[in-house]
Amino acid sequence: MRKVVKYVILDILRSKIIIGYTILLFLISFSVFSLEDNTAKGLLSLLNLELFIVPLVSIIFSTIYIYNSSEFIELLVSQPLKRKSIWLSLFSGLSTSLVVSFLIGSGLPILYFEPSPTGIIMILIGCMLSVIFVAIALLASVLTRDKAKGMGMAIFLWLYFAIIFDGLVLFLLFQFADYPLEKPMMALSALNPIDLSRIIILLRLDVSALMGYTGAIFKDFFGTTTGFISALLALGLWIAIPLYFSLRIFRKKDL
Amino acid sequence: MFLTSNLFKFIGVYALVLFSQLLNATTIHVAKGSASNTIQKAIDIANASDTILVSSGIYFEKNIIIDKPLTIIGQNRPVLDGEKKYEIISIKANHVQIMGFKLQHSGYGTLDDVAAIKVYESEYVTISDNIIDDTFFGIYLQSGKNCIIKNNQIISYGEEEQQIGNGIHCWKCENLQIIGNRITGHRDGIYFEFVTHSVIWRNISKKNIRYGLHFMFSNDDAYISNVFSENGAGVSVMFTHRVKMFNNVFSNNWGDAAYGLLLKEISDSYINGNKFLENTSGIYMEGVNNTPVQKNTFLRNGWAIKIQASCMNVSLNFNNFFGNTFDIGTNGFLVLNSFNYNYWDKYEGYDINRNKIGDIAYRPISMFSMIIEQNPQAMILFRSIMVSLLDKTEKIIPSLTPENLKDDFPLMRAIDL
Repeated sequence: MRKVVKYVILDILRSKIIIGYTILLFLISFSVFSLEDNTAKGLLSLLNLELFIVPLVSIIFSTIYIYNSSEFIELLVSQPLKRKSIWLSLFSGLSTSLVVSFLIGSGLPILYFEPSPTGIIMILIGCMLSVIFVAIALLASVLTRDKAKGMGMAIFLWLYFAIIFDGLVLFLLFQFADYPLEKPMMALSALNPIDLSRIIILLRLDVSALMGYTGAIFKDFFGTTTGFISALLALGLWIAIPLYFSLRIFRKKDL
Repeated sequence: MFLTSNLFKFIGVYALVLFSQLLNATTIHVAKGSASNTIQKAIDIANASDTILVSSGIYFEKNIIIDKPLTIIGQNRPVLDGEKKYEIISIKANHVQIMGFKLQHSGYGTLDDVAAIKVYESEYVTISDNIIDDTFFGIYLQSGKNCIIKNNQIISYGEEEQQIGNGIHCWKCENLQIIGNRITGHRDGIYFEFVTHSVIWRNISKKNIRYGLHFMFSNDDAYISNVFSENGAGVSVMFTHRVKMFNNVFSNNWGDAAYGLLLKEISDSYINGNKFLENTSGIYMEGVNNTPVQKNTFLRNGWAIKIQASCMNVSLNFNNFFGNTFDIGTNGFLVLNSFNYNYWDKYEGYDINRNKIGDIAYRPISMFSMIIEQNPQAMILFRSIMVSLLDKTEKIIPSLTPENLKDDFPLMRAIDL
């Protein structure tokens, strides 16, 4: 298994896209912090980028990679290797390389400019988001054999989590405006890793005061250690569940 | 600096002493071991318009009652201690001056308002250059007229609103001058109720539990060049006509219910040249009429201005808006106010004829701020990608935001203020 992971990582590095992604992240993070005189503001601008770019690159890069290495996967399957370990090696190879490039691209500037607990949580969440969208990409690409369809599904999933989901939330809020929705909202936010990450970070920044009563209720929950840990657990489930289902499908799939 | 100010005090004291002697008034010295070893004894033997000089030391005098016109001067800052039981000085006469003391540990009351210095129905009282430390109320004026409160330092250590009084509390007064005081750690820094024709100038009121300045039913006043920062709820001015607010700084009033300046039922007033820095809401206006808000700077606030639809004839002109999360928030579609000739850092228009005024109108109100006004729970979508997309579309085709709330002449460059 370790050999396969090593091969996957080397193969990804050779494609140079990941290096470009690292440099892009680094340039953006560095310039965001240099432009803002207030590092908390820098963190806020970086948050938007992190929630936008990291999921997009993770999901598309992983989907393309899985489709492009379909012959390699077939070759591996013909070897005396368990399908489970092949799939998990692909997953860990992809997530390691994306996490490492995020750590170098964004983690280093954050640690340099804002070495506070908030900065560290932001790095943690960036890594989680990278891995979550690798898992989702694996699920999308294992569901269909057609590359175009798979790519379409990956892009749609990203669009759904980044934009459409919030639109639905807004719609629900207006439909049920007469009811106290704070608690259901909390459950609803766990259904979208991007929203959950955004809320966790926002509540730690001083803009949380703008979030009024709703923000205060969220803060009462996410501000506590239990709340924070359960939010991280929810993010963890967003890795485990897609990975589990993709693995189940891959094990029985006729390649 | 310290030397010269001491020198001035010295000269001032001697000038006063000479002057009182010219008026055929006498000077009484209070010191430990001398004939009059307490201030109360000196007051009892003094005649009207005498001067009492108090030398340094700690005096435990319970409650000092001043019932005749006297000048009482502390030399080398004598300490008057209220032992946490008593009101330290009660002034019940006109033309009293108190300066140069340190007053500490006043009593505490739930029924009566115990203060370090309390003025009862008196005129021409001057309280200056005192340090007031750890008291319930600092300086309390009850029906005072023509009084001056100047250069005092008022510090307390309140933790809860109910357990602490106000720094400078004025009730039913006229013609006051509150100048150059520093107030920290009280409930309200400066409290005005039914106070008219008065001026609050160059005070610093910060880290108070509730308001830096609390202002109610007080017509025809002016507050100028004060600093109000880090107060629990900022500054509140309510039910008042003809109040002038010039060149003040309202900063760092940050929290769920904090406002830089809260205005409620205000009319015919002026808000000019103030700076609003890093407040959750710079100004919150409700029921404000006929009030120009001009040449102010709004920097890095959550909302620069929240203006409710109940406001009328508020003219917001020639202000600078930089780095605010939301420039304007409102709760209705009725707009009876003017927003022209401001500088908005978020303005993206152009100026073809180069007259330094943008050619297309600026809409300072974003769609999201309208949405949260209607549905505050939507705030959990704050800073999501969808919200920024919505705001961009709304800028191009306005539909949800009030049609008339716009700056028709947005300035291309910030005003030099």
